[in-house]
Formats: sequence, structure tokens, C-alpha cells
Amino acid sequence: MDYRGLGLKVGLEIHQRLKTHKLFCGCPSHLREDEPHQWVKRKLGVSYSELGAIDPAARFESIRARDFFYGVYHDTTCEVEIDEAPPVPLNREALEISLQIAEMFNMEVVDEVHVMRKIVVDGSNTTGFQRTALVALGGDFSAISTKWGDVRIATLCLEEESAYIVESKPSYAKYRLDRLGIPLVEIATYPDIWHPDQAKEAALKIGRMLRATDRVLRGIGTIRQDINVSIEEGARQEIKGVQELDLIPKIIEREVQRQLNLLKIRDAMRGRGLGEGDFNQSVRDVTHLLVESKSKLVRKALSSGKKALAVRLPGMKGLLGVELQPNRRFGTELSDYAKVFGGVKGILHGDELPGYGISEEKVSAVREELDCQGDDNFVIVLADPDSGKLALQAVLDRVKQALKGVPNETRRALPDGNTSFLRPMPGSARMYPETDILPVITRPYLEVVRSVRVKTPEQVIGELVEGYGLTEELAWELFDSEKDRLFIRAYLENKGLPSRFFASVLTGLMKSLKREGFDVDRISDKHLLDIATLLAKGELAKEAVEEVLKGIAQGKYKDVLQYLREARISDQELERVVDEAINRLEAKIKEKGERAFSAVMGEVMKVVRGKVDGAKVSKLVRRKIKEKLEEVS
Amino acid sequence: MLHYRGRAKRVLESLGIQDYDRIRVRRGRLTYEGILIPRPEILDDDHIILKLDNGYNVGISLNGAEIELVKRSSIIKEERAELGRFDPRKPKVPLIVTGGTITSRVEYSTGAVKSYERPEELLDKVPELADIAYVEYVPLFAEFSENLTKDHWTRIAEEVYKMLKGGAEGVIIAHGTDTMHYTAAALSFMLRNLDKPVILVGSQRSIDRPSSDAVLNLIASAKMAAEGEIADVMIVMHGSPSDEFAYAIRGTRARKMHTSRRDAFQPVNEPPLALVSRNSIKVINPRYRRRVKGESHVFLDAKMDDKVALLYVWPGMPAELLSDVADRFNGFVLAGTGLGHTPKWIIPKIKEIVGMGKPVVIASQCLFGRVDLKVYETGRRLLEAGAIPADDMLPEVALVKLMYVLGHTKDMDEVSKMMRANLSFEIGSRISLRDFPPCWGVCNGL
Ligand SMILES: [Zn+2]
Repeated sequence: MDYRGLGLKVGLEIHQRLKTHKLFCGCPSHLREDEPHQWVKRKLGVSYSELGAIDPAARFESIRARDFFYGVYHDTTCEVEIDEAPPVPLNREALEISLQIAEMFNMEVVDEVHVMRKIVVDGSNTTGFQRTALVALGGDFSAISTKWGDVRIATLCLEEESAYIVESKPSYAKYRLDRLGIPLVEIATYPDIWHPDQAKEAALKIGRMLRATDRVLRGIGTIRQDINVSIEEGARQEIKGVQELDLIPKIIEREVQRQLNLLKIRDAMRGRGLGEGDFNQSVRDVTHLLVESKSKLVRKALSSGKKALAVRLPGMKGLLGVELQPNRRFGTELSDYAKVFGGVKGILHGDELPGYGISEEKVSAVREELDCQGDDNFVIVLADPDSGKLALQAVLDRVKQALKGVPNETRRALPDGNTSFLRPMPGSARMYPETDILPVITRPYLEVVRSVRVKTPEQVIGELVEGYGLTEELAWELFDSEKDRLFIRAYLENKGLPSRFFASVLTGLMKSLKREGFDVDRISDKHLLDIATLLAKGELAKEAVEEVLKGIAQGKYKDVLQYLREARISDQELERVVDEAINRLEAKIKEKGERAFSAVMGEVMKVVRGKVDGAKVSKLVRRKIKEKLEEVS
Repeated sequence: MLHYRGRAKRVLESLGIQDYDRIRVRRGRLTYEGILIPRPEILDDDHIILKLDNGYNVGISLNGAEIELVKRSSIIKEERAELGRFDPRKPKVPLIVTGGTITSRVEYSTGAVKSYERPEELLDKVPELADIAYVEYVPLFAEFSENLTKDHWTRIAEEVYKMLKGGAEGVIIAHGTDTMHYTAAALSFMLRNLDKPVILVGSQRSIDRPSSDAVLNLIASAKMAAEGEIADVMIVMHGSPSDEFAYAIRGTRARKMHTSRRDAFQPVNEPPLALVSRNSIKVINPRYRRRVKGESHVFLDAKMDDKVALLYVWPGMPAELLSDVADRFNGFVLAGTGLGHTPKWIIPKIKEIVGMGKPVVIASQCLFGRVDLKVYETGRRLLEAGAIPADDMLPEVALVKLMYVLGHTKDMDEVSKMMRANLSFEIGSRISLRDFPPCWGVCNGL
């Protein structure tokens, strides 16, 4: 695709958690999986005038009505996270790390850091705002280079991580407080990126620099990317929560595709002479037309007291079924709006009916009730009347926006590279000073930071190649998969470790197991270190490593020793297997003599692969062949 | 206007720049552009604060900075949605505003905190109020509660009296939380024959934040004032860290027991009067004055002598301190240790002061439990010296009560009699086993 011609503009926002205690209290940055000790229930009291969003009245009501539950851990969270005490002064170590990162990117650090309150009304902060501070600014002087050109770093902010969402329903949301307050830096680039692959390269390079400091957290969720995407005729989208770099190009490509398709829908609507006035439709109750329906979906909803509400979409026939992204139609977008604003489960629309067990006859009845003519379309929701009306109103509003083209939205990245609607893009953030925190003059901290030498990613790789006998490629792979420190530890603790082989286990093998669908989360660092120890001692065959890891991932073995106990073949057993193979291939051995080795070896390895050292097998096979030949002659 | 001092003031003034002007600052490799934000006085005069277009404030050093004016202050008045209205058919409940964070709002363009000007602004944040009461807005003064004096208490009492006589069904007083319980005690003594609810309310998290205890506190206060049966002076604030219910705590029994928690106010030596949620009032403590329908027969008796001191006893407290205090005050409360004890060497001094016709009241810094001067030798000698035990009164309440009593009589027998009489439920005859909230073990299931 001609991305230049389309005017593709992409900016990145990279969020990286820092390796230090929380930003505004002394609690550890410790994530929990267990049930919180106590739940506290809160409301958010936003006002009309503060919100200023697209549909203030409805949003205002729904936020105010919503209950928020916060899970407290008495041992690792304190009064600050639950907003029962003011924040303590900004964590100086976090400030130092963020200054160090700013220096790495050659940014200009502000003289005095001011902590702000950024209003957030989804409940993800107990206060109702996120504390955030602008630490450094960039420009031409702070660009990173990529194959497609420079990408300038714009800003670096130090901010607090939000609470972890456990459950979200229209009427309530539950969050855990273990994550709230973990310090993170947000690095934003200018929208200099014009090619999908360039975005990935820029993200990779930024991530590598962050990791080279050795002062950021590693592992799943510790770094995430938000992507801002726009094309010339389209509109800027903020895509949230991309955790895998490899997905970035696909997400951008599909976003471009989505915007182009939305523009086609716009043109089609204009071509059909449609205008905003056509979509001031009233919502009709069509429950009576569907009571007798054979559709399980409909019956289930109606029997639980829900109603079927419908609205006519003049001139929209065929357009709701238009595919925007693979498997996501314009109807899916409308459904997202209905879900977000009305809290309904989804919509049914004319381009997918008859279907879902709803017959042709029922469809005609609904069309008739709504006065649908020719190319008119319609949307049905199954919901309680209040939610249903909000949902259909949101659908109508979204269709009106389609006449203008692409609306500005905040979207969520989906695992397949598509995106779904999250909320309208907020206007300029509501921000005001955090009066509980004094501003901090940066110069003294900057002096400390400048006195410490920080390695570049290239230097880290150089050391891996020099010191541990790795190829450069393997070293980068280790570094990018965040396994470099584990590798170094294994190397130092185990003399005689086959280092390249072990590095390839940590990178290539783990990656391929994951790709094959194994639950690699079950494989801990301890497992991998045990493997290194046994490899170095010669107690585990290289061939066995894959089977051990698969077994652990499947829950078959709880540790490597268990594998050795259960799966390793004893010397006697091995001898028996070799004898059997030799007997079976006796004719061939007689005919070819010692050249039959590979055939015998292959036969034996079929049975013992991974359970015994290959070198040992070959030695035994050679001896046994020799014996056999002596025996026959 | 320019809220800068010293060096920054000189630089900005020389360029004709004022607060909220749009300016451009070149410094180092950067050019900043944004709105000049006033600088809090506690900060130095070497930096200026700019609000950038992305919403962030940054401080910029004046060293090597080139500053120029881009545009005069042009703050657009923030768009405010149409405000709701109160319904005059609902019970009339004036809201007397004395300060605190319960009626403050933020202007996002500048970050400045302003006070509400009209009652309708409350509805922007707490629309539920319109369903409960017809709230009139009575700005009396705007003062942090740590700065209040007896004269402020009197002004509040006079205003409450005026409102009740003017047909209010109840009165709410918005108040800073620090000394709210002192004001509550003072009003409890000054408003005699009270027959309508008088509620003090505040917030531990200012109402301008999305998460504020003010919302529930205001709803619960309005409910108690408009519909409640209890016609006492009460503090109505959060009952737990959740936004679920508030407690109505008697003005003479309330104490702020935590610096920052939403449920900082706790009743001492008795249970809360009632538990108030968004939808209901559940009375817990049956000892209260009942609301009387129709015209109020309250009367005001605000005579007070504020030449009264409150001293905290400590081990090694020198006796001469008492002489110094006695010279300047007409009486004082000693928050003694344990059952109400003081070091033995200050007892002769107490006797001397009492002899001068200045009452000495002994309360306990334990707060919970009753002063008892008959158990130990020290206590008995304090009684002999003429000290007046505060029974189960809080030291702060004893202080306010002594001001009230000395405002009425200087006769030592009369003072002693009044101090030991129950004027406004500040003294009780029994303390139940459950009335001791610091129940760590019970709360944690141990
Ligand atoms: Zn904490």
C-alpha cells in the first residue's frame, strides 16, 4: 500500500514501569494474584461541567450511578492507594530513573517538575485522577533513527500506574490496588512515523534503550504501547494497550484499512443522498413481533424480562454488512457503541437477518412495523428499555458520524490485530496541579544521573558477544526477549554450560513452544536454571531439553528432577533397546557391516530421543554392531 | 495581577507580563509556550510556572531564559452546563458556609480553586440534594477552621438561630474539619432548647476532586436536616472508607481521630446517634432531643469567656507553667494522664490557683473512659485541691464548656456544679462495652 500517498501518520506512546517502589507512597511495586483482604466501595462525583464529552448527560448519569470496588491488601498497599491519606513526596529514585532515561534520549529536562492531576473517570484511580508530571521535552535533537527515517521523541512523563481491573459491568467495576501507584515513564514520539514497519522498529529501539538502563521492570505487562494513527482524509485514533511489538505493523495496516473502508461507506451514504436528518429516528418496541420467535437468543432475552427495541436506518441496506477489517463489519462498530453507551450485549441488524434463528417472516414484520422501504435497514437490541434506548441512540449517533467520515476514537487493540471502540477520544485532558506534592527542582538529581555511566543497548550486546561466546544475533534475541540476565546467571553459576545451546533454548525454543500453544508461563526461571545446571554436569542430554520443557508446560512434570526420575532411560534399558534394533536389522548389518550404523542409530533414537545423551547412544551402538559382526563372522 | 515575588517579579514586570498571559520562553535547546501560572508563595523566586498547551505545568528557571509576551491573558470563561434548580416545596434547609473544601471548585484552565457562589452550583456535583431539600446558600465567612475563635462560633450560632426562627427545618454548616468538633461543642451549649437538627459537615477530600467524601456527606447531612428526627447539634461525615453511609455524631461527643481518613470523626464514650445512607436514616442511640414540628422555640445563649486554656499533662511538666497560664487565663482544663492524674508536684500549684478563684478542670488524655479521682492518692489530693473532674467529657468539650460556664458565672461553687451537670448530653451515666472503637482485634477477627 502507498502509505506516503495516504498520508499515514503514526505516533507512539510507550509506557514502561520502573524498578522502584511506588511513586507516591512507600509500598513495594508488588503485583498480587490472591484475593484482596478488603473491598472498599466508592462513587465518582463528576459534574456536567467537568466532563464535557460527546454525550455529557448520559455519560454523567452513568458514571455517577456506577459503583467502584477497590481491593485492598493490608500488607502491600496503604492508605495512599485507597485515597485515605495524601501522597508522600515524589519517589526520588523514580525521578532519577526518568531523568536517566531522558538523558539517554538526549532530551531537555525541565527545570522544575510539577505533578498534575489528570481527570480519569473510569474508576481506574481511587482519586478520580491520575498523577502525572512532565519531566523532559524533545525535539530534532532527540530523534531515534530507523530505516524509514528519524522519529523525534516529544515528551517524557513520570506517572502513576492505574489500578488493575478485575471485572467491569455497566453498573459496577472492580479493581485491585496492588498495581496502582507503580511508577512508569510515558515516552511519546511526534507523529513522524509514516510506515507500519517503522513503528515497530521505533518501538523496539525505544524499548531496548529502556531495558539497557537495567532500572525498569521486565516481563509481561511492564511495557505497553499506545499507537496514534491517522491518514489524510481519516481521523486520529488512539489505540490502547498493544503488548506485542510484532503486532504493531498489523494493527496499523488494519487501521488504515478500516479508515479507508469507512470513507467508502461515507461516499456510499452521500451517493444515496443521505443526510443527518435521516437518522433522527425514534425507537420502537417490537417485542410483540418477536415473542413467538424460534430464536434461542431472542427467547432467552424476552423470558428474562427484556424487551426488543428497534430503530430504522433509512438507506443503509447493505452498508452495515460492509467489512471494515477482517471479520469486523460496520455493524460490529455500531454494536461496540451500543455496548459502551447502553451496556447491552450487542445488536442485531438487517444485513445479518434472517439469521440467529430469526425467520424471514419475523424480519418482514419488523420492517413493516418500522416502515422500512426499499434499501432501508434496521437495528434491534434486546435489553431493558432504558439501556436499549441509550444503545440505539448511540447507534444513530454513530451512523450520523459516518456521514462525515471517520470519528476520533480511543480504541482497544485486539489480539488478532483488529481494534474495537473503547470510548470517544477525550478532548484536551482536564488537568490541574496536584497541590499535595511540592514541585521538585531537577538540577541536583540531574547531576547525580550524569555522574553514572549508562550502557547503550549496543554495549550490552557487545558484552554478551565478548564475554559469553554468543553470536550477535543470539545476543540480541536474548536481550529482546528479556532473558539476558537469566542467561548470564546460568552461565556464571554453571561451569561448562554449552552457552550457545542454552541461549537458543531461552530464545528460539521457548518462542517456538509458545507458538505451538504450550503454556510457557508454567516454565519458571528456576526450571531453566535447573536445566542449565544439569546440562553443564552432563546429567541431561541436549536432546531432552525440549521434552522436559514441554512436559513442564503441560503440567506433566513439576520440575526437571522429576523428569529425570521418570523419563530417563537406564543403562540396562538402553542396552535392551539397542539389542532389539540390532536384531531387527541383522540382515542389513550383515550386508553393510559398520556402514549400517546410521540405520541402527535412527531406529534407537526413535525410542530414546531426549531421554539419554546422543553421544552415549552412538558409542553403545558402535560397540554392539562390532560385537554383532564379530559374532556372525 | 502578578503573583510573583523577588527576582521573578522584577523580570516579569519589566516585560509587562501578568498572571495568565500567554508567553514564550527560550531556554537551552527549547522554546516553551504557554500560560503564566501564579507561583505559590512558599516556592522560590528563581522559576516561573508555565501551563503548556498539553495541559502540563512546568517550572522554568530564569537563568538564561529569554521571555516574551505573546498575548494578554485571555482566559475563556469555562463552559458550564446549565445548572439544576432547588424545589421551594421541599423542606427549607439553609447551608451556612464558613470555609473548608466542601464548596470549592477548580478552574481547569488555570488550576485555581474557587468557592461556589450560588447554591445551584452544588447541584452540579450533588444533584441528589434537589430531591431532599430546598437549600439556601448562606456565605458567612471563608476561613480555615484552625483559625476560628469564639467570635466565629458566636457568629455561626447567631446565624443558625436566625435561620431556625425564619422557618428552616434544619440547618447545615459547611465547615473545615480540623476544629469542627470544637465548633460543634460550642453550638451545642449556645443553642438552648434546640428543636431542629443542626448539622456540621465537611470533607476530607475536597469536592473539586472526582472522588470526594463531600458528595455522600452532603446528601446525608441534607437528609438528616430535612427529614431526621434528631434535633441536636451533630457532625455528619463518612462512617467508613466506603461511600456507603455516614454517621451522625453528637456535637459534644465527636472527635477527629485521624488526620486524613474519610471516617476520621468518631464518637467517644457513646455510639453514633444514627447511620445515614443515601436512602435511609437508622437511629442507633436513643438519647437525643426530638424534632418539634412547626415554629422553632430555640433560644440563643452565646455568652462565653474565652480566657480558658487547655493543657496536656506530660511526665516532668513543671509546676511554674501553671502559674504562667493562670496569670493570663480565667480557668483551664488539664488533660491528665490515665484516670485524670497529674505529677504530684503541681497539685499545690492547682490548689493555689483554685484559691485565686480560677477553676481547674481535669479531663483525661485517654479520651475514652471516665475521669475518676477517687481511686488513687493523687486523684484524691487533686480533689482536695479543688480540681473539678470532667467525668466522661472529652478534653476539648470540657474546654468549650468551661468557656460557656465562665461566660455565665465566676462563682466557684456554681462553676463546679455546672461543669458536672449534663447540659447537652456531653456527660453520660453509662459507657457500654461496645463504645470503644479502636478495636483492632475485633475488626481483624482476632
Ligand atoms: Zn502505599
